[in-house]
Amino acid sequence: MKSNVGKQFKDGVIANNPVFVQLLGMCPTLATTTAVVNALGMGAAVIVVLMFSNLFISLLRKIIPKQVRIASYIVIISGFVTAVELIIKAFFPSIDAALGLFIPLIVVNCIILARAEAFASKNRPMPSMIDGIATGAGFTFALVCVAFVRELLGTGKIFASADGTGGLSVFGGGYPGAPIFLLPAGAFLTLGFVIAAVQKIASVIDKRSQNKKTAEASETACGVARDLSYNEDEDT
Amino acid sequence: MKKDSNKISTSDGGMSAEAELLQVSSSPHMKARASTRSIMIDVIIALLPAYIWGICVFGNRALLIGAVSVISCAAFEGITQFILRRPVTISDFSACVTGLLLAMNLPVTVPLWIPVVGAFFAIVVVKQLFGGIGKNIVNPALAARVFLFSWASDMTGFVKAGDRVNSLAVNSGADVTASATPLASLNSGALPSETISDMFVGNISGSIGEVSAILLLAGGIYLLFRKTITWHIPVSFIGTVAVITYLFPKAGDSFDFMLYEIFAGGLMLGAIFMATDYATSPLTSAGRVIYGVGCGVITVSIRYFGGYAEGVSFAVLIMNLLTWYLDNLGMPKRFGETVKKKKES
Repeated sequence: MKSNVGKQFKDGVIANNPVFVQLLGMCPTLATTTAVVNALGMGAAVIVVLMFSNLFISLLRKIIPKQVRIASYIVIISGFVTAVELIIKAFFPSIDAALGLFIPLIVVNCIILARAEAFASKNRPMPSMIDGIATGAGFTFALVCVAFVRELLGTGKIFASADGTGGLSVFGGGYPGAPIFLLPAGAFLTLGFVIAAVQKIASVIDKRSQNKKTAEASETACGVARDLSYNEDEDT
Repeated sequence: MKKDSNKISTSDGGMSAEAELLQVSSSPHMKARASTRSIMIDVIIALLPAYIWGICVFGNRALLIGAVSVISCAAFEGITQFILRRPVTISDFSACVTGLLLAMNLPVTVPLWIPVVGAFFAIVVVKQLFGGIGKNIVNPALAARVFLFSWASDMTGFVKAGDRVNSLAVNSGADVTASATPLASLNSGALPSETISDMFVGNISGSIGEVSAILLLAGGIYLLFRKTITWHIPVSFIGTVAVITYLFPKAGDSFDFMLYEIFAGGLMLGAIFMATDYATSPLTSAGRVIYGVGCGVITVSIRYFGGYAEGVSFAVLIMNLLTWYLDNLGMPKRFGETVKKKKES
């Protein structure tokens, strides 16, 4: 069970990251990543909604008729989204002002429906809930990565609060800012570069672990049969 | 049979010359000496008069901006190709052309980091990430210019022609007096105060390389003479702008208004040097004419109705993206190809 949880998290955050690998949920990714704080707020909202919607859809998976499952999922999801929206409105009004429409739009976020359809409707409640948290964490990670670059290049500051005040000035006061990174064009550019960077890092890590594995395999093969290991070396 | 001839040519040294004669290669059999490098050098030669005029009227700082832009373009090209393990092709001068075009599109007062950032965007993002020379989907220099409009106040610090800026650091407001370009007054619906002959010669404010219509035209004629470009795109582009502005003048005499619109802004530079970029313009004559007309219509639309005073860059970029579709128009039929008849039922 424990190793399963680790695998689920690795899957949700890196191997099957909803933004970097599956390219789901592009609309909030591009729209809410003008500042790290906004990205964190959006990510947290999605984690909470995804966790509870996965849990309840999994609990109800045997009751919901197959023919009306999508509609049922949407009802469950929208219930949690409404709750999250009201909480954010009550306790974090500045984030609510910055994110605006994108909180209610979580209802139609394809990541949440995808996890409900692909995972929660087929698995038991506990793994489903963990899958929700893992996928949400992957989404948050992606948003923060994009938002970090955009906020840094766009304003020269980082971790400014949602209304644009405060924040850590990285490049000093003389930095003129690059407003294009706060505009949609900059969002697309940044997302492309970040995806490329993440893919590159992932492929390097993958290659290394694979090399390790083949090295180990050839070592063990050496002990068993020398001819085989010779062939394997040639393949690699 | 084949085996035999092989045997003969390998065994007998005297037959090898004859075997060479029998070799058949696919066409083309007659080749011009044109290479990427020679074409790029032609373009640089054609651009230089207008650029030197820019240095004369805007001061030595124009030279500095050009140098920074060209050197950083070449450097970014080399660095990216080195990192991506591609053959380094700085010596084909295509990066230098991009750098020169970029510099000619900037006002003389820009801070020096602007051409560097522009060079990065043009070469790394637009050119190399799409696969290098010939594979970019839009003109790198123009894309960089539009990217740099993110810093709008820096990009519109135009000075009057003759107000030479020679100092390295420009303290805009103190050292130079900003001057509205003729295009800005055209945009606001009034004929500019400059005379048409001033506009033609280039005695006006604007970007470094776009002011002198006559020298840009001379460069264009040189390129036509060298067969580096064909007439289709410049003529249809400028012609469309001329026709529309003559038919629907916003101010004054329609003929005067037309001449002002043609000589103002980056139309000459854009139509002759940027819209004709090989990689991003159609191959066929029909496609080129439609491309030029499209550029002209979009340019005038932006000048008349848009938020920016100048529309040439956006027009060329938009038409760049349509090149693929225009290439399918007017493709010559292959020999023996027939039009498919519709099935009659």
